[in-house]
Amino acid sequence: MDYQLTEEQQMLVDMVRRFVRTEICPLEDNLDPDAGEIAPEDSERLKEMTRKMGLYGLGIPPEFGGPDVDVTTQTLLSFEMAQHRAGLYNPCYNVFGGAGLAQLYEATDMQKEKYLFPVLRGEKTSFFGLTEPSGGSDPGRAIQTRGVQDGDDWILNGAKIFISGADHADFGILFARTSEDKTRNGVTCFLVDTDMPGFHVRRVVHTLRSTKYATEIQIENLRVPKENILGELNKGFAIANDRLSRYRIPYAAGCIGVAMKAQEMAIDYVKIRETFGGLLASRQAIQWMIVDNEMDIRTSRHVCLEAAGRADRGDDFRTEAAMAKLLGSEAGGRVVDRVMQIHGGYGMTKDLPLERWYREMRIRRIGEGPSEVQRLVMARNLIGGSFH
Amino acid sequence: MSIRLEKPFQALTSENLVPIQGQLGVYQLADANGDIFYIGYAGGRSLFGLHGELTREMEEQGDGTQFRCEVNQQYISRYEELLMLHKHDFGNLPERVLSEYPYKIGVLSPGN
Ligand SMILES: Cc1cc2nc3c(=O)[nH]c(=O)nc-3n(C[C@H](O)[C@H](O)[C@H](O)COP(=O)(O)OP(=O)(O)OC[C@H]3O[C@@H](n4cnc5c(N)ncnc54)[C@H](O)[C@@H]3O)c2cc1C
Repeated sequence: MDYQLTEEQQMLVDMVRRFVRTEICPLEDNLDPDAGEIAPEDSERLKEMTRKMGLYGLGIPPEFGGPDVDVTTQTLLSFEMAQHRAGLYNPCYNVFGGAGLAQLYEATDMQKEKYLFPVLRGEKTSFFGLTEPSGGSDPGRAIQTRGVQDGDDWILNGAKIFISGADHADFGILFARTSEDKTRNGVTCFLVDTDMPGFHVRRVVHTLRSTKYATEIQIENLRVPKENILGELNKGFAIANDRLSRYRIPYAAGCIGVAMKAQEMAIDYVKIRETFGGLLASRQAIQWMIVDNEMDIRTSRHVCLEAAGRADRGDDFRTEAAMAKLLGSEAGGRVVDRVMQIHGGYGMTKDLPLERWYREMRIRRIGEGPSEVQRLVMARNLIGGSFH
Repeated sequence: MSIRLEKPFQALTSENLVPIQGQLGVYQLADANGDIFYIGYAGGRSLFGLHGELTREMEEQGDGTQFRCEVNQQYISRYEELLMLHKHDFGNLPERVLSEYPYKIGVLSPGN
């Protein structure tokens, strides 16, 4: 397979790389090293620039107003957008706009008006409420939040944990068990407004990621009209599977982008840092770390682009997307770790972005389906059937 | 486990700052009545961490100012949590915070 970039792809990659280096990185020089946001006026100014670049709303399907950029090109750009301090969880501080939750594209027209379109216009934010204290890897069996029908409404009760951004969100999607079935066939997906009585964000869940923190939610007699069921009753997991698999590609690309930037830092540093009368670049132990980094980056990048290419061609890409997510997040962790080693004490400090990437990269092996779950997905696709 | 900062306030004096070291973390300032008028943090760019930030506050604030602080590596999420708690408990953020914090604040309903 040939991954020679087309002229247009190269031009876009160069443009976004320049944007990150000349617009985003200088702002970070004046922010706290753990900051998750830029000043609102900078955000507006930069959004104006990305609109002029024709790249605002990247990830939004063209029929919903996004730019007509294929998945492969989006992936190439995702590698670039992550290459700054906050880039793993907040690539370019969202100035390229967000596509919103995948499930919303399968909403009814009424739901799209109320939820999807305001998200695409940047007026509303949302959360994704799946994981519960009883477990997130196998939510189909673990979900204990209950939905009971009451006339035309549903009454929800339960708890969710690790829910990112629920405290800031205007609404979210919440999965609840709505039948006696103890498997995924008894789970329904609801759209809930966060100002509805009975919706409580009880606390911030502090993790290695200090911004875009997770929260714990309690749902007490939350009354939701039946029009707010997303997809079909008891088929909450059937919606948006394709889009959810697709999301693994930019997720992986973010990890790989950070690894690429860390590798660039390492190569620059070994050419100037001297020990024992010679440059680090001349030490075989260091050279091998650089080579191991490159192998990690290229293999994960290759699989990530393969997944993107399959998605563009309309081929089944679930195995490749899961593989890309697993490889990208694990390779990213190894690369950042080696680059910290190469930087010695400075690698541990908040003066460099490495310690933040190190913490946040660790979450990538858990979020959006842990490595083990990605292996389950691949095994299911490779072996077929239900041997799990 | 309470998520509020509940330790007693102490007078913001150089003597009371001696045991406060250069770690990262969050702090609250209150007037002589114990009414909180500022919530801040010592982040990765603070020279001498909490000690440095509180020393600066001591030099800028009037007599009678009190403080309490918490060492916390996750100072940004803890800071935002304290802002949300303050808003929940008192209906709004302290004025100085409002003038410094241009972002949308989340909503917590922590119970008591
Ligand atoms: C910072 C952060 C943000 C998050 N944001 C969200 C969010 O916005 N919305 C949301 O719904 N969730 C969110 N999550 C939750 C995340 O998706 C879950 O943590 C994840 O799915 C794992 O679930 P769990 O933590 O309950 O682990 P468990 O399901 O208890 O699994 C524990 C471990 O066992 C492994 N394991 C499970 N089954 C098997 C098996 N069959 N074979 C081998 N190993 C297995 C898992 O891979 C994992 O390593 C977030 C998590 C974090 C840390």
